[in-house]
Amino acid sequence: MNGKNDKWGFHTEKSNLITLDSNDRSLVNILAEQVPSLNSCFFCGSCGATCTASDDGMNFRLVHLLLRRGELQTVNKIIRSCLLCGKCTLVCPRNVDTRAVIYNLKILIHELH
Amino acid sequence: MNFTEHPAFVFPFVVGMLFIFIYLPVIYVTWLRKNSLADFKTILRSIFTTNTLKAVREIFSECLLHRRIFRYNIRLGYMHMSLAFGWFLLIVVGKIETMVFTHDGFNPPYLPVFFKYFYPSGIPDTFKGRFFLMIMDLLLILVLSGLFLAFLKRFRSRVLGMKRTTKHIFPDRIALTFLWFIFPLRWFAESVTAGIAGSGGFFTLGSGRALASFLPLEDLLLPSWWAYSIVLGGFFFALPFSRYMHIFTEVVLIFLKYWNLATPERQNAYADFEINACSRCGICTNVCQLSADAGITHSQAVYFLRDLRYGTPERPVLENCFLCGRCSQACPVEIGIDQLRIAGRKRMMNAIAPAAEMRPVVSANGEKVDVLYFAGCMSHLTPGIIDATREILTRAGIRFSVLDDREEVCCGRPARQAGFADQARSIIARTTALINRSGASLLLVTCPICYKVFNEEYDLPIPVEHHTVFLNRLMTERPSLFRKSSLRMSYHDPCDLGRGSGIYEQPRSIIRRTGVLVSAAHEREDALCCGGSLANLAITPRQRTLVTDSAYQMLTAGNPDYVVTSCPLCKKTFAAGKREIPVADIAEIARMMLQPEEILHPEKAGEAELESEGQEICQ
Repeated sequence: MNGKNDKWGFHTEKSNLITLDSNDRSLVNILAEQVPSLNSCFFCGSCGATCTASDDGMNFRLVHLLLRRGELQTVNKIIRSCLLCGKCTLVCPRNVDTRAVIYNLKILIHELH
Repeated sequence: MNFTEHPAFVFPFVVGMLFIFIYLPVIYVTWLRKNSLADFKTILRSIFTTNTLKAVREIFSECLLHRRIFRYNIRLGYMHMSLAFGWFLLIVVGKIETMVFTHDGFNPPYLPVFFKYFYPSGIPDTFKGRFFLMIMDLLLILVLSGLFLAFLKRFRSRVLGMKRTTKHIFPDRIALTFLWFIFPLRWFAESVTAGIAGSGGFFTLGSGRALASFLPLEDLLLPSWWAYSIVLGGFFFALPFSRYMHIFTEVVLIFLKYWNLATPERQNAYADFEINACSRCGICTNVCQLSADAGITHSQAVYFLRDLRYGTPERPVLENCFLCGRCSQACPVEIGIDQLRIAGRKRMMNAIAPAAEMRPVVSANGEKVDVLYFAGCMSHLTPGIIDATREILTRAGIRFSVLDDREEVCCGRPARQAGFADQARSIIARTTALINRSGASLLLVTCPICYKVFNEEYDLPIPVEHHTVFLNRLMTERPSLFRKSSLRMSYHDPCDLGRGSGIYEQPRSIIRRTGVLVSAAHEREDALCCGGSLANLAITPRQRTLVTDSAYQMLTAGNPDYVVTSCPLCKKTFAAGKREIPVADIAEIARMMLQPEEILHPEKAGEAELESEGQEICQ
């Protein structure tokens, strides 16, 4: 261990501290309006399992979960590695247009800044 | 009255004409200034070659005769031809008529337009005079017949082979109204004049005598010529702001095309000329599967180009498109619609998706291979294609390795199509490095999406081959490796392989070598999109299914044993529903038709089980 984390004891990274009161959880509702199929997602994880960019931390299921918790900073970091290849959409058993969700999410986050 | 007295009613026409002749050069020069020095050098290199003559020939056949529209629908072609060529001849023959009559090429520009007003009987009592009277009346009939069809098209578009007509905007309606009145008013004015004079061409004199029976022609003479001049002038003023800008712009566009200005990025003046050369004829909306099957009627090429011309297209227009290329294929002006649309998406997305940080390339396998096989994301979702390709390569004794065995490489095209150009560039750079490390002499691809981007965006030291080309060559060189069957197969042309890369014959040749090719209603350049295209970012899953089902129905109409395609995405899309006739990739067909080992090598008989024909090959 080195750097700032080499002190003794446990620590929690900022993004893992979930404060539902202050987090902005509205984004997922806007997204669900743009891509209604998002609401049929039941978090099975097929998308994450097939993802070409999973080694880089991309995982649609995780993105969706974090969105519902309003953890936008982490989401923004994760979706940068998405290649938009569309495999997640093709394997989704619930026909969620996952690719369209990521695409619209990128635009939404950009508009927020 | 003699024309040298310059009557007042010619004024609206003359002002309109002057406006056009000043406005158009100014705007064209404004666009051309977007060219770089290199672009001008390209033009200079081509301008004094036979290309210029070829351009003139195409201008004649496309801007006047509208040959491509004739091929699309003969009545629609006649409508466009009679209006364009008929009007052109009215101008040219009219000018010659005045030159013969006045013996002066420099007579006023309005003289041919209002010739009948000054000389109702034409050139008196000569063969030449009667000839011009007749020919000008015939030309007027030609234009009026086209106008009648144009009118009919607004209300009964199917008669002219159009399922729907283009939705017009305000400037179009203004210009269209003027245009519709020009020739009926010319006819009326010439008839009135002929009726008063009691002489004229067979058509105008006939109608003039009929009018004389119930109208006070003397009182109508000047008002009718005034009306004709006003609608002509009005049309000229409305022209640059309406779809009729295409009339002159297409001429320049064709020259620029033959002078090799068209760049894939459309970053020079070419894009401006393309956008303004769209006549909004609506043929693109007619061939678009989105409108035919899924009820999407707002995002077709004509509306995209229109929005691009007057501003920036909104997201729904930019995004709702398969980039299947059917509209570009059908476009009589040959506008590079898909490239313009990708460029539009790029402009919107550049700020949103910066270049991605890619992981560094880890060392590739050191083993020396001949063929480097790149399966691509989509082939990994249809592993049957990868298995089949591996087996064929092994049986053919070709040394190969699979580049994306661990599924961590992307060709970059999906990101590029979505407008994420910078991100796509970083993906392309990384994949290029991976390919270069392999040392193979051929890159084999089983996905047309990857194939197209490898060809167009990569700078690779080795050739790229799609597996249809590769397998067809293998079958030519090693015919004993494969057998023929009686399987009946229809073939689906993937958009990026057919229209996108021009590969139509090789897959069909493979099917003919291994079975029987069943033809389908839409083939080759006219092939339908499977509906799975990643390029559409706005379509709903339900709408996709409508497009897919319709295309599948067309492919199975001949009741084949298999629907064969050569794209993993097309296969995946078609196979998604409950399908009575299975969908297979051409690699899977080829594997099925591999000559059994014991026939090729009888000494090894018994090692392999005979594969039964027609086995279930869809996973």
